[in-house]
Amino acid sequence: MAIVEHVPTIRRGLGTVVATASALWVGAYWLNERAWDWLLHGAWGMDPGANLTQSVHFFFYDVIKIALLLTGIIFVITVARSFMSVERTRRLLGGKREGVGNAMAAGLGTITPFCSCSAVPAFIGFVAAGVPTGVTLSFLIASPLVSEIAAGMLWAIFGWEIALLYVVAGWSIAVIAGWVLGRLGAERWVESFVFQTTLHGQALDPSVGLSLQQRVQMGVEEVGSILRKIWPYLLVGIGIGAVIHGWVPQDFFASVASADNLLAVPAAVALGVPLYSNAAGIMPLVEALFAKGVPMGTLLAFMMSVVALSLPEMVLLKRVLKLPLIGLFIAVVAAGIVAVGYLFNLILT
Amino acid sequence: MNVKILGPGCANCKRLEANVTEAIEALGAAATVEKVTDYGAIAGYGVMSTPGLVIDEAVVVSGRVPSVSEVTALLSRA
Repeated sequence: MAIVEHVPTIRRGLGTVVATASALWVGAYWLNERAWDWLLHGAWGMDPGANLTQSVHFFFYDVIKIALLLTGIIFVITVARSFMSVERTRRLLGGKREGVGNAMAAGLGTITPFCSCSAVPAFIGFVAAGVPTGVTLSFLIASPLVSEIAAGMLWAIFGWEIALLYVVAGWSIAVIAGWVLGRLGAERWVESFVFQTTLHGQALDPSVGLSLQQRVQMGVEEVGSILRKIWPYLLVGIGIGAVIHGWVPQDFFASVASADNLLAVPAAVALGVPLYSNAAGIMPLVEALFAKGVPMGTLLAFMMSVVALSLPEMVLLKRVLKLPLIGLFIAVVAAGIVAVGYLFNLILT
Repeated sequence: MNVKILGPGCANCKRLEANVTEAIEALGAAATVEKVTDYGAIAGYGVMSTPGLVIDEAVVVSGRVPSVSEVTALLSRA
C-alpha cells in the first residue's frame, strides 16, 4: 500500500517513474539466472549435476522469474484493459444476434476487465440490453478461460506460437459452447429475477474519464492484489516443479501421459476441476511437466480446466443459472477443452 | 451524508470499504455508511461492475477501487 499511496504525489515524473521501473525490471530479469548460477555453482560450490542443486536452482530462479514476469505482464495488461469495461462491452453487444454475437462476446470476454464477483449484475445488465443468453454465456466462459496474463506467461516461457494457439483455442471453445447452450434454450434455466430486475439510472462507465496516472495506479494495485492472492499457490507450484525438475527422470511422464495415451487428456481435465488457481499460479508446474515429456496439448487442457471450471466460479453462477444449465455448462466446456487437448497433441507432435 | 458501498463482499468491496472509512475519519464528516450486497439492489443503481460507491443516492464510482485521497475529494464535494 505504501508504494500505491505515493503514486499520486509524483505527478510530473510519471514517465520517469515508469521508465526507471522498466529498466530495473529488465536488469533484474537479465541478472536472475546468472546470479543463481554464480551463487550456487561458484560461491557455494554445489555440484551443477546433482539432483539437489538442480531442484534448488530451479526453485529460486523460477520464484524470481515468475514474480518478475507476473509483475510486468499484470501491470501492462491492467493499464491496457482500463480502457475497456463491462459497460462498454454491453453497448457493443446490445442488439447483436447469435452467431456474430457469440464471436464478439467471446472476444470481448477476453479483453474486458471482469471479476467473477460481478457475474450476477453483469448478467442482469446484459439481459436488460437484449443480449441473448447464449451470447452472454460466451462472454462468461471466455472471461476466465482466455486470460491475457496466462497468454503473456505462455509467450514468455514457450514462445508466441503456443500463446496464440491457447488464445485461439480458448476463444473457439467460448464461441461454440455459448452458441450450443443458446441453441439448447438456455433461457429456461436462468433464474427469473434476472428478467424481472430493471437497471435504473445512467450506468457509470469505469473506463471513461480516468487520468493516465489513475490507470498506472490501477496497474500497480492490481499487481499487488493478484500477487498477494496467488503467492501460496505459486510457491507450492514452483516447489512441486522444483522436485520434478531435479528428481524425476527425463521422459518419466512420457510413458503415462504421452500423446498416444487417449485417457491422459480427459484425466488432466478431470484433475483440473477440483483444483482452483489463477492460470499464472500453475505455470511453473506446467513448465516443469513439459520439460519431463508431458505433451503441450495435455498441459494446456489441464491449465484451461483449472481456470475455467472451478467450484467457486460455479457457486457464483448458481445465483443466476439453475442446476441443469450449470451441468450443461460444465459438460460443454469440458468437452471443448478435451477436444483442444487432443488437437494440440496432434498438431504439436 | 449517506454513503453506500455496492458489492457482494469480494476483496475489492472490502478495500473500498476500508478506504471510505479512512476518508470519513480524515474528514471528520458525519456520514452513515451502508453496505448493499443484494444483487437486485446493486443492479437497481445501474451498476454492472462491482464495487460501486454511492454518495447521497448518486453513483460516483463503479468497477474500481478509488484511493483514499480520491474518496476524500468525492466526499467533500458532496
